[in-house]
Amino acid sequence: MKRSSAWMMLAPGLVILLVCLAMPLLKVLIPTFFTGDYPFYSYLQFFRDGYYLKIFFRTVRIAIITTLICMIGGIPTAYFISRCSKKWRGLLLAASIFPMMTNSVIRSFAWINILGSNGIINKLLMATGALQKPMKLLYTDFAIIIGSVYLFLPLMIVTVTGVMENIDDDMMEAAWSLGANRISAFMKVIFPMSLPGIIVGGILVFTGTLTAYTTPQLLGGNSNMVLSTLIYQRAMSVGDWNGASVVALIMILVTLAVIKGFNALAARLDKRGE
Amino acid sequence: MKKNKFLTGYAVVVFAFLMIPLAIITVTAFGGGSAIVFPIDSVSLKWFANVFALKSFRQSFLTSLEVAFLATLIALIVGVPAAYALARSHVRGRQILKSLFLSPTIVPGIVIGFILYQFLILTFRIPVFISLLAGHFMVTLPYVIRVVGSAMEQFDFSIEEAAWSLGSPKGKAFFQVVLPNVTSGISSAFMLAFINSFNNIPVSMFLTGPGVSTFPATLMNYIEYNYDPTVSAVSVLLMAATVIIMVIVDKTLGIASLAK
Repeated sequence: MKRSSAWMMLAPGLVILLVCLAMPLLKVLIPTFFTGDYPFYSYLQFFRDGYYLKIFFRTVRIAIITTLICMIGGIPTAYFISRCSKKWRGLLLAASIFPMMTNSVIRSFAWINILGSNGIINKLLMATGALQKPMKLLYTDFAIIIGSVYLFLPLMIVTVTGVMENIDDDMMEAAWSLGANRISAFMKVIFPMSLPGIIVGGILVFTGTLTAYTTPQLLGGNSNMVLSTLIYQRAMSVGDWNGASVVALIMILVTLAVIKGFNALAARLDKRGE
Repeated sequence: MKKNKFLTGYAVVVFAFLMIPLAIITVTAFGGGSAIVFPIDSVSLKWFANVFALKSFRQSFLTSLEVAFLATLIALIVGVPAAYALARSHVRGRQILKSLFLSPTIVPGIVIGFILYQFLILTFRIPVFISLLAGHFMVTLPYVIRVVGSAMEQFDFSIEEAAWSLGSPKGKAFFQVVLPNVTSGISSAFMLAFINSFNNIPVSMFLTGPGVSTFPATLMNYIEYNYDPTVSAVSVLLMAATVIIMVIVDKTLGIASLAK
């Protein structure tokens, strides 16, 4: 293919990305470097402000915990699915994809019904006499975490299953016949081989949780803000556009750092396995 | 393979966790009371009637369908040739170009909405609907590049070269030889992009205006001010639509095409 015709095919996409992504980003972000007394003043202010720091660390903490829970819940489940018969595998995969295709508002709404002060858990505990008055479950970090796990666990399962499916059953049988028990066979054979899928799943869950808007908004409320709800609040309720833009760049940088970090981890683990 | 009882139990618990909340919503949608209760004390379909009676729901549902469809269509028109060029040609910096096309995934949805609001709507007075479309294009494009791209990479381009050497013009060969071989990739890219655009909220949060609001944003707004089973009824309807889509996809492309 001629180079010029290749560029013609790439050009429309590149132009739209330039006009609707690169230019708006630069237009919004560059002024934030020069607002205030000296360059990068706004960023220093952000990391000096206890309120913002709290939101920053809450967001990161929620993302870490959610990713860990999704790994703990998702990896064995993916392993289970990948060892099922073809019929069951399709069925369980469908059961994992189904929540992924269901709107995140609905998936968060489900947990409002369960965690709310009139919700199922509180009603149950009060009916059994374990509680006198409702516990505060909704509008807490705990609610955001459980909602995020609910949001992203299927993604982890589906991603890891995709890799584990391709691992031959004989691998496990070989490990067993050489005397490994189930758990060590899993840890030494299946786990290293499915690491690429686990890393991709980890990146998707971590960055997804870090940037999610719906779940923290509906389950965390205004007193448990995270970075994405902070942007909206800064811009729309307070009119602090510079502040919102600062948060925007911080979110992008954290996302990039997480991707780099996971890939570095993957590279290191990969070497160790050799 | 022999099944491990512990592992089976583990998977049962995980799937129960995934399914029970949605099952509870489904039950509450049929409740007869004015608030959400579980288990329900009487059965009624009035909340379903309410869904169809609400004008904001009807209007935003159509807006979302329109935005998702157009954004996906534009992403395909722009993305399929780009994926072809990326897979086929040897332009310098191919990897960098590919990551440029996937770069919208690095920018959080809320940030995309925020910068487009400032740049397109506030600075250049572009209509809200066009800006919303631009935002959703950023959601749909990466799916097209990834899914169609991997279909292109698996295509044996010597078939296309055979068409050329038999005298077929390049444009004709592309439409008659290359495209038919990647249709399943294009179809699954369409499904994934459409569904994800339809469900997306963060991108749309800033890009709303008079008469322009997406369905999920309207739902979210409704939940924040009302606590009645209307949203449960909406959920049941959407879940039913999801099941229908999944069955159709399974019969045509295979369910795994949605797992990309």
